[in-house]
Amino acid sequence: MSLEDPRDTEALEEELVGVTNEGVDYDALEDLLGEHVIGRESHLNAEAFVIRPDEVQEVLFTLRDQAGFDHLSNLSAQEYEDRYESVYHLKKYNDPTQEVTVVVPTTKRDPRSQSAEPVYRTADWHEREAYDLIGIEYDDHPDLRRILLPETWQGHPMGLDYDQDQPQVVSFENHANPLEEDHQDAESDTMFINIGPHHPATHGVLHLKTVLDGEQVADVDPDIGYLHRCEEQMAQSSKYRKEIMPYPDRWDYSSAGILNEWSYARAAEDLADLEVPEYAQVIRTMAAELSRMAGHMLAVGTFALDVYGDFTAIFQYAFRDREKILNLLEDLTGQRLMFNYLRLGGVAWDLPEPREEYFEKLRDFLDELPQTVEEYHSLLSSNEIFQIRCVDTGVLEPDVAKSYGATGPIARGSGIDYDLRRDDPYGYYPELDWDVITEDGSDNYARVLVRLQEVEQSARIIEQCVDLLAEWPEEDREIQSNVPRTLRPEEDAEIYRAVEAAKGELGIYMRSDGTDSPARFKIRSPCFSNLQTLPELSEGEYIPDMVASLGSLDIILGEVDR
Amino acid sequence: MSSQDRPADSKPAVQSTQEARMEGTDDRFNSKLREAFGSSPFILTKFDQFMNWVRGSSMFMLQFGIACCSIEMMATYAIKHDLDRFGAGIPRASPRQADVIIVPGTIVSKFAPRMKRVYDQMPEPKFVVSMGSCTISGGPFQQGYNVVKGAEEVIPCDIHVPGCPPRPEALIYGVAKLQERVANGESSPVTVKPYELEQFGDLEQDELVDHLAEDIDRETLVMRYNWADSP
Repeated sequence: MSLEDPRDTEALEEELVGVTNEGVDYDALEDLLGEHVIGRESHLNAEAFVIRPDEVQEVLFTLRDQAGFDHLSNLSAQEYEDRYESVYHLKKYNDPTQEVTVVVPTTKRDPRSQSAEPVYRTADWHEREAYDLIGIEYDDHPDLRRILLPETWQGHPMGLDYDQDQPQVVSFENHANPLEEDHQDAESDTMFINIGPHHPATHGVLHLKTVLDGEQVADVDPDIGYLHRCEEQMAQSSKYRKEIMPYPDRWDYSSAGILNEWSYARAAEDLADLEVPEYAQVIRTMAAELSRMAGHMLAVGTFALDVYGDFTAIFQYAFRDREKILNLLEDLTGQRLMFNYLRLGGVAWDLPEPREEYFEKLRDFLDELPQTVEEYHSLLSSNEIFQIRCVDTGVLEPDVAKSYGATGPIARGSGIDYDLRRDDPYGYYPELDWDVITEDGSDNYARVLVRLQEVEQSARIIEQCVDLLAEWPEEDREIQSNVPRTLRPEEDAEIYRAVEAAKGELGIYMRSDGTDSPARFKIRSPCFSNLQTLPELSEGEYIPDMVASLGSLDIILGEVDR
Repeated sequence: MSSQDRPADSKPAVQSTQEARMEGTDDRFNSKLREAFGSSPFILTKFDQFMNWVRGSSMFMLQFGIACCSIEMMATYAIKHDLDRFGAGIPRASPRQADVIIVPGTIVSKFAPRMKRVYDQMPEPKFVVSMGSCTISGGPFQQGYNVVKGAEEVIPCDIHVPGCPPRPEALIYGVAKLQERVANGESSPVTVKPYELEQFGDLEQDELVDHLAEDIDRETLVMRYNWADSP
């Protein structure tokens, strides 16, 4: 259960501080925080308040309860020459354009800061990651240990003085052996069981330390980091202009690459103040929705595989339809999976020639789609076995979901009406006619329904994009704006920007230091926050339901571990 | 070859032994194989060759996903590409039932010992297809502080399939090549992994080190990865 007090949001709605028609009134917020504020910075996305490291909880409680910032979107930690900084990016689920940033500096000698975990449950993992990679310690944190790297790791690799060439010892011993310690202790009749990191139901290399009481899950502790391949380090050592773009494809690799690329493109374009031609925005929107569909197809297919071992029908159906989408994307981008299609200021190239043929292919696919989705509904959502497995299992209450920073289909399956495509508009979405899907079920079934309906909505968006592109005047087809060969954003500019990826809010925090590569590049992965809800979904449930819940969370380990 | 192809009226007076065998009392047991054996119900081959042929013709793959490449690996198993056509498409969830492990993705320090354990759990003879650039050299993540620079640092590999990720066609080609090699009885040289041999080799051997080395349980020292000297 959530640790936060149940709040009567409706009553508070009236008296939220700092809400104006023109956005957030930061002066009112500063007055609200009073003497807690020891400095103020301007980030490109929001104003930032600098506070003392031992007043974090007080400040965040105030901002959450009196100003309505109920979404801790991200925590970016970084090391400067003279200090450490934890940067909390706060948003509102009602209106994500209302943002505020809280900067908590700590000294180099004793990098200690108060934990935000009592305010936002999601801070638990985010702070563990900051501890693991940067080395900031958080007081009052319930369980401060390494999260991505092995427990025997020496040093904090994203710190400034880390020596990458030092040997590291990684042994088996830091992992519990399922055969030796079968029982938690001699008295109890609970059983400890390791699920993963090599297990067909974990969707990759996830390790679940599970304690069972009979057939029920008493405790589950997701152990991640088996695919921590240093994406942030890679980005920090690459140049803005072209070198970073291939990496986002590999965060969420469920063929949702365009969406990931867009998150970087959006953040970097805002950081370097680049324009994107409208034509390129339409192509981006279309390609992104194709990606989303492919990602959701994979989610639905593997979920069916998890829930009733359906390797023959749904899984193969989903892959059949995915192949069609991948063919379309391959025609567009030249690649099946790692598209590398977006560029800062536009896209890499125009639609494939002959255009008419490509539009024809797209339209054929869209024409068949309603029938296909109908097929999924008859095979999946109206299947009685499926319903028994999914309805009322893995329940995630909306306020718990908010506290964990859940986004995407997970949040929308819990009735939270939160979609950055509409709420924090970008691309060509505001001009198009489509709906945000929410379901109130809060269970595994609702999440599948959301995905299936989002496929239909994506089809609607693509259809409109195809019509627009088909009629676009030839002389106006500008695919890239004029972008300098080398980008050097202003020194010390900081930005946090997010897009709605297939799994939820995918955000990038970047700080520039005047050179052509970012000084700090932090990825806010939706899967990372979504996976954190797994103990809430599955504790007290049967173990097969936990597998179903895990499947319905639709995590991609590349994005969880980065 | 086939007796069914021949029209009934042109049946020759003299039957070959093979045809005679095909017209047994119970033709339910007739098969292409039986037909192919010809006049004799016996085959003569070396047992080794026969076993190699069997191994190459029916490969059980380990259902083993790591990263991006595993998505393409799933596509290879699934509809359209269907690896099963080549007698190599049954993904087994347990390493104890698998012949071939496809290593599809980046291997990082935390996962390398686990992968080694999974590999060790597979029964002999076992084969490794390393899929993608990451398993060759670390691929695009080679410079990462946490990335093992290739699957060969941990387990021996038979076939490397390059690409980021390789297309399903490429993986099928790799698996078909492996089948061919297995059927021909070829095997890959087993590479020696640095972490297996090196036990604090870079420390000066004095009394204290010797004393401390005695306390080290060799079994638990699964992986000591020397980042500096790796390729």
